[in-house]
Amino acid sequence: MGVKKFVVGNFYDENVLFPAVKKVRRAGYKIHDVFTPFPIHGLDKAMGLKDTSLHVAGFIYGITGTTTAVSFITWALTIDWQVNFGGKPFFSLPAWIPITFELTVLFAAVGMVLTFCWLCQLAPFIKKDHFNPRSTDDTFVMAIECTDKTNEADAVAFLNSVGATEVSVQYRETGWWLGRYDQDTVKYGKKIEAA
Amino acid sequence: MANRENFVAPKRYNTIAIALIAIGILSTITLYITAGSKDDPHQQARFWGSLLQNSVYFLLVVNAAMFFICATTLAWGGWQMAFRRVPEAISACVPVVGVIAGAILLSICFSSNHEIYHWTDSAHVAHDPTLDHKKGFLNKGFFATVTVLTIVLWSLLGWKMRKLSRSLDENPIPTVEGRKKYMWNNTIWAALFMIVFALTVMSSIPWLWLMSIDAHWYSTMYSWYTFASTFVAGMALIALFVVFLKNNGYLEHTNTEHLHDIGKFMFAFSIFWTYLWFSQFMLIWYANIPEETVYFKPRAQGEFSGVFWLMFIINFIAPILILMSRDSKRNYAVISIMAVLILFGHWLDFFQMVFPSPMTDPKTGVTHVPNILYDLGIALGFVGVIMFATGRALSKAPLVAKNHPFMKESLIHHT
Repeated sequence: MGVKKFVVGNFYDENVLFPAVKKVRRAGYKIHDVFTPFPIHGLDKAMGLKDTSLHVAGFIYGITGTTTAVSFITWALTIDWQVNFGGKPFFSLPAWIPITFELTVLFAAVGMVLTFCWLCQLAPFIKKDHFNPRSTDDTFVMAIECTDKTNEADAVAFLNSVGATEVSVQYRETGWWLGRYDQDTVKYGKKIEAA
Repeated sequence: MANRENFVAPKRYNTIAIALIAIGILSTITLYITAGSKDDPHQQARFWGSLLQNSVYFLLVVNAAMFFICATTLAWGGWQMAFRRVPEAISACVPVVGVIAGAILLSICFSSNHEIYHWTDSAHVAHDPTLDHKKGFLNKGFFATVTVLTIVLWSLLGWKMRKLSRSLDENPIPTVEGRKKYMWNNTIWAALFMIVFALTVMSSIPWLWLMSIDAHWYSTMYSWYTFASTFVAGMALIALFVVFLKNNGYLEHTNTEHLHDIGKFMFAFSIFWTYLWFSQFMLIWYANIPEETVYFKPRAQGEFSGVFWLMFIINFIAPILILMSRDSKRNYAVISIMAVLILFGHWLDFFQMVFPSPMTDPKTGVTHVPNILYDLGIALGFVGVIMFATGRALSKAPLVAKNHPFMKESLIHHT
């Protein structure tokens, strides 16, 4: 992943944030992400985010669970170890439906949790590099990624003009990272806080 | 057209409705001539069974619209407010279809033909220990009282809920206190409807009207199963009317977000129906006791197996695969097609619930599937009645309950 440079602004009001997101996008800046303490309806659409692929993954995990359950029980009870339950046929699908259902749910649930963690880059001992810890408390934090063409000063001025406060330029690690954001001030030879 | 607040039936709307009613009446007459007018009580049962199946199914479906209103009212939900007048109008069919269904049910109950309801034959019951044991519940007086009371209570409480909703159209409530009081009032009446609904559709009514056709057999899950069947069909009917009105330029505040949630109801309650269907089926299949399996023998394995498995595919496999994705629930065409399919599927469900017992010849014990075309014709007649009555109810009040305290929640609704 590596460390990238961002222009970061804080917002205190949804009614300021939404027009700001639209203006920033229209001005051609690349929004890295907007961090909020709680889910905000419609923000994903305003930011132009693509739909997540998590539900497709969930469907595939579920189908895998169904197949696993049916094929294993079929093999076990019709080929490997036939047992006569009250004169029922060896292949007794109705009796297997509850287990098939449970395994479908189990596969889908566990698979989706792991996929979710992977997509969000969450894992034990992995620390996330925060732009502003207050995004978990009471502010909305917008991070604009600086590309080769971005003029920092212009971006800072633009964010100020759309209603952001405490605008700053920061170097942040956005990917997997084993460090501690509150203790390290230097990462990979680059300073975290730009002056 | 400038004014899109009030529904004006499009030119051919009422013509189609009346044509459908004509088809229904024609099918009824044809079926009466070919079966109902015969001397053989077994043939007559074919005629009355068809009327019973159709009237009960469509009565429960239109009544599900009022259940939807009361459930969302009790949950203090606001999202449905943009299209709430649609289920209100559908529930206005309850008195109309209710009178038809009540007349049919009472005629079957008090007729001298005991092919459909065996327990009405007192000479037979005296020699039948099982039916004799059930006499406290399965007797003509109780049946008639509960049937009349149920239909009257559904109609009255539904009328009261619609009246409460319309009372705001001309006089908005200015104060917050007044709105709270209005919501409290709504909650009380919705709760009353819900109690009646729980005591009827969710318990006693399907046992009396449908399960008592197979009088020796019983299942405690039967009523829940019937409720799930009619509720999902009721949501499908609401979806159809919403899409119809939307296509004609009404309901400007209803959008894909609301359609998505209606689709979720159709999807979720299809699964719920299957869950109940399977729970009922598996316990009986597992225990394998002859007096219980007698219900599923002609249905799952006998003559009716085609209808049985077809309705299982329509009511479970199709909704779970087609309505699972978000995009299909937000698509007007997919929702309309699935709504028609679900309405037909649960109609088929009722077909196989009603007919196997009356269609079993008492002398030979042979079951045969009746010609479903007659039943479809009669079903179209009921569709016409519902179209006509709903259209009339829609045009009586503005389509958007704009003064309701929760209106804004519906306007900003987002899924």
